[in-house]
Amino acid sequence: MNTHFFSDTSVMLGRSMRHITRSMDTIITVTITPIAIMLLFVYVFGGAIQAGTHNYVNYLMPGILLIAIASGISYTAVRLFNDLQSGIFERFHSMPIARSSVLWGHVLTSLVSNAISVVVIVLVALLMGFRSPAGVLAWLAAAGILVLFTLALTWIAVIAGLLASSIDGASAFSYPLVFLPFVSSAFVPTASMPGPVRAFAENQPVTSIVNTIRSLFEQQPVGGEIWIALAWCVGIVVTGYALAMVAYRRKIA
Amino acid sequence: MEETNVAIQVHGLQKSYKKLQVLKGVDFDVARGSIFALLGSNGAGKTTIVRILTTLLKPDEGTMRVNGFDVLSQPARVRESISLTGQFAAVDGMLTGRENLIMIAQLRHVKDAGKVADDLLGRFGLADAAGRRVSTYSGGMRRRLDIAMSLIGNPRIIFLDEPTAGLDPEGRIEVWQVIQNLADHGTTVFLTTQHLDEAEKLADRIAILHNGTIIVSGTLEELRRLFPPTKVEYVERQPTLEEIFLAIVGSGKKEQQ
Repeated sequence: MNTHFFSDTSVMLGRSMRHITRSMDTIITVTITPIAIMLLFVYVFGGAIQAGTHNYVNYLMPGILLIAIASGISYTAVRLFNDLQSGIFERFHSMPIARSSVLWGHVLTSLVSNAISVVVIVLVALLMGFRSPAGVLAWLAAAGILVLFTLALTWIAVIAGLLASSIDGASAFSYPLVFLPFVSSAFVPTASMPGPVRAFAENQPVTSIVNTIRSLFEQQPVGGEIWIALAWCVGIVVTGYALAMVAYRRKIA
Repeated sequence: MEETNVAIQVHGLQKSYKKLQVLKGVDFDVARGSIFALLGSNGAGKTTIVRILTTLLKPDEGTMRVNGFDVLSQPARVRESISLTGQFAAVDGMLTGRENLIMIAQLRHVKDAGKVADDLLGRFGLADAAGRRVSTYSGGMRRRLDIAMSLIGNPRIIFLDEPTAGLDPEGRIEVWQVIQNLADHGTTVFLTTQHLDEAEKLADRIAILHNGTIIVSGTLEELRRLFPPTKVEYVERQPTLEEIFLAIVGSGKKEQQ
């Protein structure tokens, strides 16, 4: 049954990558907004923020990447929703193909397109003075965590895309995800926050992920934080995938 | 696979959506190479039957065989035998017409996908629009592309769910010609429609779905025999609006080509 999984998935990937390259506005929105936030925080608020590092771009970058990914995955939900609406989802499912390739095509597209926007943002950050003494292994580790984070949010996007009843619903679910880094250690140290906010910030997934990536870039020991970050990511991937499969089976026999 | 003369067999098909029982025991057979039209009003359950036979939806009860394969236990074999053209043209608007066809050809692992695409573009009068994004196509062009996509890989049985919905009279006639052509070449066509003239013009057998069951089925002649012979009256026959429309527009179009 799944003998054609890889070739079918690559056809699906090629198809939705074309959707992205042909609607440049999605790429622009996904990269420009985080870059604008980065400019705003570095050149407007940055001077007044006591983050404890001499280079605020270095401090900010991991959180900006997470914001970019959180807004990027909303397009995955929208593309999936459009496939369901247009009937092409059913066309694919009535064909002799590996059915799982339909969803995996969207998931891989999400990974590739988010990787592209992450690279663009890192390049802009380099222009803005981002510097890292980290070696190849630390960069790979940071990339691995970002991939895992993207995968986790992508499966949430798949659930939203499958269950949404309107195009707005398919994209709106990502707003809280985009907002989450603001209430974390991404922009300012959590120690500066009042009690309950601080408690929330320190115990939500973004803080541990941001801290881990920041430590990797700064060549600091990651400590136990990396395990918390990995546990969050893997936990969300597993639950997200399981719920996405439930939603999928309700759509198609 | 035992080769029988029956392309589609449906026995005792039942399906409910929550408490609403849409199909209450549907039975029919479709002969190989024939055009079978399923008639019914909106919401009668025509699309539900199509979705069950194309392995997109699970039935509650019943045995269904498509091309000799059991729909429930051999869905992959069923999918190898069929193609579905759904109610709304399921084409990818962001891709060009040619890219849409190549995509389907690649998914069906057809050799020489580019050539297959070009042949179909020519056959369906889309060669000039091949490199344009499908989102710029007219309704009729999208529908033609949709049907062309369904022909790739030469499926034995084609399901067409209201293939002429939303088309202008010319578009309808073009689609009818395609359907007739398919049947002439041995493909079994399962067609749903609300247009009685469509069924009358195309179908070898007609079944009427009403209140969850097939209330009548047979050839047009058989259906006619169910009713008392019409009284013969002499009236001056006026051309229908469709005939007038086609006489004016159709001739103009031929001159262009």
